[in-house]
Amino acid sequence: MSAAAPLLDIRGLRIDLPTGAGSATAVHRVDLALAAGEAAALVGESGSGKSLTARSVLRLLPPGAEVHGELRFAGESVPGMSRTRLREFRAGEVAMVFQDPRAHINPARSVGDFLVEGLTAARGVPVREARRRVEAVLQEVGIPDAERRMRQRPGELSGGLLQRVMIAAALAAEPKLLLADEPTTALDVTTQEEVMAIVTEAREARGLAMLFITHDLELAAAVCDRVVVMYAGSTVEELPSGALHHGAAHPYTRALLASRPSVGDTASGLRAIAGRPLSGFEVPAGCSFAPRCPRARDACRTDTPLLRAAGTGTSACHYPHITEEAEQRA
Amino acid sequence: MLEVRNLRKTFGDFVAVDDVAFRLEVGGSLAVVGESGSGKTTTARMIAGLEQPTAGSIAVAGKERGPGRPRGAGRRARAREIQMVFQDPYSSLDRRQRVRDAVAEAVRLHRPLRGPALAARVDELLDLVGVDERQAGSLPRALSGGQRQRVAIARALAAEPQVLILDEAVAALDVSIQAQILNLLAHIRTTTGTTLLFITHDLGVVPHICDEVLVMRSGQVVESGPVPSVLREPQHDYTRRLVASVPKPGWKPRRRAQPPAA
Repeated sequence: MSAAAPLLDIRGLRIDLPTGAGSATAVHRVDLALAAGEAAALVGESGSGKSLTARSVLRLLPPGAEVHGELRFAGESVPGMSRTRLREFRAGEVAMVFQDPRAHINPARSVGDFLVEGLTAARGVPVREARRRVEAVLQEVGIPDAERRMRQRPGELSGGLLQRVMIAAALAAEPKLLLADEPTTALDVTTQEEVMAIVTEAREARGLAMLFITHDLELAAAVCDRVVVMYAGSTVEELPSGALHHGAAHPYTRALLASRPSVGDTASGLRAIAGRPLSGFEVPAGCSFAPRCPRARDACRTDTPLLRAAGTGTSACHYPHITEEAEQRA
Repeated sequence: MLEVRNLRKTFGDFVAVDDVAFRLEVGGSLAVVGESGSGKTTTARMIAGLEQPTAGSIAVAGKERGPGRPRGAGRRARAREIQMVFQDPYSSLDRRQRVRDAVAEAVRLHRPLRGPALAARVDELLDLVGVDERQAGSLPRALSGGQRQRVAIARALAAEPQVLILDEAVAALDVSIQAQILNLLAHIRTTTGTTLLFITHDLGVVPHICDEVLVMRSGQVVESGPVPSVLREPQHDYTRRLVASVPKPGWKPRRRAQPPAA
């Protein structure tokens, strides 16, 4: 990472959500820095807080949510932005793509109106210029008959095509950071590959940074420079994608890798992790993974581990697993 | 155990399933793999009797399953042939019924058990699927997705079916829970000898639970055979593409073809 301020800098992020009786902590501690043009994946199971973390970057949290800690974009505090500044920030600097595109596009309007308005209304681009840019970016995401698609309604497009439209909308705004929240989870595996290839090409062509939210470690490592693993509302490990398979130090990351079935496997049992993933609301004292961890000792049940250097990355574990290869690399 | 011949289903002009045929031996385990629109779920639903085939035949243990929906004893006899578990266990459980009662109800439908004998059978099933005493006394909403799926599997097994169909039964589960359920299904297969038909979009889960695989696309079978050979040396272009799309170490996404028309 360069000496300049990172593009996105999240330190000690905590998110409390309102409940019937006061509030509860959903995200306990997230530390994450992303340089311009870099891609990091936020990987976790349900309840890990990965989506809340991504949404907090755009201040898209449920009403009543309280954000603590630091969240800076190019040095500027996001929680400190005025309404006007926030609108500008959302329109031009950070774009987000969601798992379900149909929930984020008006089904009654044409695809073209949706795309063009994104530029004319929010960014003041003249209509003709906006149309030209939209057509170019549709070509870029692999939609060759852009003119016809722009006349269609969202309901006439398949899930894969519509997700390309959403990516086109995100790219048309020329942001510096793309937040992608499980953008391919609802798609077929062959469509997922196309969509991720398109995102990767567009990122490389534009020097666009990406925070990629996913439950799929393998996909995360394939499309990002670094992998950040979350569990029960906290970041528990961060490491370079290339080190994932041989250098993971946190028992949770290692267990996730071992429990993921793969095409190349032989017919043997998977190493399942006992119990179920905890959400941020239910973390016990000490390490949140301790109740499911085969390496847990007494300290794990009382002292909460913080991220510190371990192997090729950082790990929030009292007894990280350090492989020889990781030691050599470090 | 299960023999399907020339199975076809049309909805108006649309052919959802086109001439599907396969044989599944007693205690065997077959994966039907495909993407959306492949016809895999329609095939499963026809076999389970939830959808009427337009043409073709389905036989379980040499017995032809006739058209129409039988009632009473005929229906229960059919239930003992084939049971099905769905992707979303929440929608297939009664939200006001405690887990133990839900399983007991399924047992009573098929066996004339009462009192301690019924309780013993329910315990046996709950134990087999790994649902503990506390969870057995809970309502479905108090359980996690993985636990609910265990309950749905226990209910299906209560009928002591010859064939168990699992339609994307692990697709909605977290990775760590998915592994538990896959191991459970492998365990059930060894202990009860139940024949499994596993419907999935995820090629990765196939080696862990199935011996044979059948790849479907646009209603047709494009390739079938033993799991290791089909996944390691796929013969059909589409199977090759499918295997190549699954993220694995060293994999990078590539654009392969023009986008589909839609």
